Amino acid sequence: MKKGNTVFFKNKPRVESFAAVCGSKEKEGIIGQYADIALDDDMYGESTFEKAECKMLTTAISQCMEKGGKSEKDVDVLLSGDLLNQIISASFAARDYDLPFLGVYSACSTMSESIMLAAMLVNAGYVKRAIAATGSHFASAERQYRYPLELGCTRPPQSQWTVTGAGGCMIAAKDEGVKIVSATMGKVCDYGVTDVNNMGAAMAPAAADTIIQHLKDTGTQPSDYDMILTGDLGALGSRIVKDLSWEKGYDISKVHVDCGEIVYKVIESEFQGGSGAGCSAIVFNSYVLKKMQAGLYKRILFAATGALLSTVSSGQGESIPCISHAVELEL
Amino acid sequence: MGQEILMIALAYLKAFAVGGSICLIAQIIINFTDLTAGKILVYFMLAGVALTAIGVYQPLVDFAGAGATVPISGFGYLLANGAMKGAEKGFFYAVTGSLSAASAGVTAAVVFAFIMSLIFKSRTKRN
Amino acid sequence: MTGKTKENYNSNYLNYVKTQIPPTRHFKNCLSAFGVGGLICCIGQFIRFMLEYIGLSGDELAGTTSVVLIFLGCLLTGLGVYDRIGRYAGAGSIVPITGFANSVTSPAIEFKTEGWIYGMAAKMFTVAGAIVVFGVISGVIVGLIYYFI
Repeated sequence: MKKGNTVFFKNKPRVESFAAVCGSKEKEGIIGQYADIALDDDMYGESTFEKAECKMLTTAISQCMEKGGKSEKDVDVLLSGDLLNQIISASFAARDYDLPFLGVYSACSTMSESIMLAAMLVNAGYVKRAIAATGSHFASAERQYRYPLELGCTRPPQSQWTVTGAGGCMIAAKDEGVKIVSATMGKVCDYGVTDVNNMGAAMAPAAADTIIQHLKDTGTQPSDYDMILTGDLGALGSRIVKDLSWEKGYDISKVHVDCGEIVYKVIESEFQGGSGAGCSAIVFNSYVLKKMQAGLYKRILFAATGALLSTVSSGQGESIPCISHAVELEL
Repeated sequence: MGQEILMIALAYLKAFAVGGSICLIAQIIINFTDLTAGKILVYFMLAGVALTAIGVYQPLVDFAGAGATVPISGFGYLLANGAMKGAEKGFFYAVTGSLSAASAGVTAAVVFAFIMSLIFKSRTKRN
Repeated sequence: MTGKTKENYNSNYLNYVKTQIPPTRHFKNCLSAFGVGGLICCIGQFIRFMLEYIGLSGDELAGTTSVVLIFLGCLLTGLGVYDRIGRYAGAGSIVPITGFANSVTSPAIEFKTEGWIYGMAAKMFTVAGAIVVFGVISGVIVGLIYYFI
């Protein structure tokens, strides 16, 4: 069933299990005590950053199956993506499994998009069980999108820090657990921000657009949710998204939480918080889902945001188009 | 003896003041525009070339020593100086003079960068 | 659609974003740039005095001074120290010749995982290549101008 841009899941697919692997910097934050595996070594015993990222993603997927007590033959499909060119981490992680693989890319909102697609497949009855996973690594993202690590350049105050980590969850048709009620497919929004360091400001309009669309389609108010979780807007972007939705008549300030803002201890004059596909993946698949299982949150809206740029487009002076997909979960 | 120490101290002071000021100008430009490190390096190098060509940079080098030669504008000074000296010798040297003057810097950068890449590998950062 | 039909809204939004960005700390940035930049130049002056003491002079002295500084810049980059200085000092560590060394060494170290020829060697000048290119071009122009006048 579809209304507006929102899909309602009649058969209520459930989150069967979830897992998160986080890096050493993330370990010190709030996520450290909730993640399944917190690494001390960001290389994860591998020789390159890309291999480390791939291994983290593999670990998250395997942990997911293990925690759900399932093996590869019980899972029907793997949906995954990451930030690197040609989503190599996800594809290379899928190489290790005897599973059909669907590659997904929507930058940092890959987590919510893959959950949405997995839920659609499960709800329709095409598959019984699907895994949605994603991850990112600070060093590999930095090298691809910015400068070599050792280059001594300054970090402007509006910049964010790519999260090292990976997370995934297994979605299945069953009777207990956190259920996925509906999902809103996002539109690409571009308000003309060209500053690649200011992702929060670029992505905030997309987040506001999707959140408001969802509230309209479902006929709900922000106060109906225990939490409206955005992906990696950072401190600056969070402020903007609150302002933008307030302008449209929805006051989300009381329930809004941003993964990027809570993943590190943010000192705003230093930088804005976390970003990257792994940011929403580790926060959602550890902290948020654990609290939901414990009954602390009953109903949340998870709207991760992604900036759909490449180094080529920003080099050619293009602005940054952004997207956000939202998934509504209920206990 | 006392005179000599004073001269040396003055040389350091001049190097510090002039070198620091060049960096200060660059920092002010970075603060007020969104120029990246690579662009700043190019613009300062070009400024060094231009100032040398019109004869402003040479007095600064004579005054401040390392304070004017160590910043990247000093690299531009080397290039322009080499070209100007070469121009006196003939057409061929006018064209090749700049890079031959700067060859020490470029060679050193390539060789040492190669050696470092043999020894070290890049590490991920935490802050 | 959203981008093109809302030109007016866009400029409103961009102006609004500007007011939200945390302020750059001009004074602190400038002070650390001045201090670190000056200090690096003093180290250069020290090397110059030492080399003068062992009997170098003229172009040889100037060249060797920058070679030593470039070596130090490369070494600190390899040790992973230079980018920390850079984060603190900003232009103070970018503008000196050690910053040039840093911009050559950092991609060389970073991209060696992609092979020695297409990785390390080809990408060594991803940042610093512009300096060499514009340096050569401007040098040739200056040389030609001085030759013809």
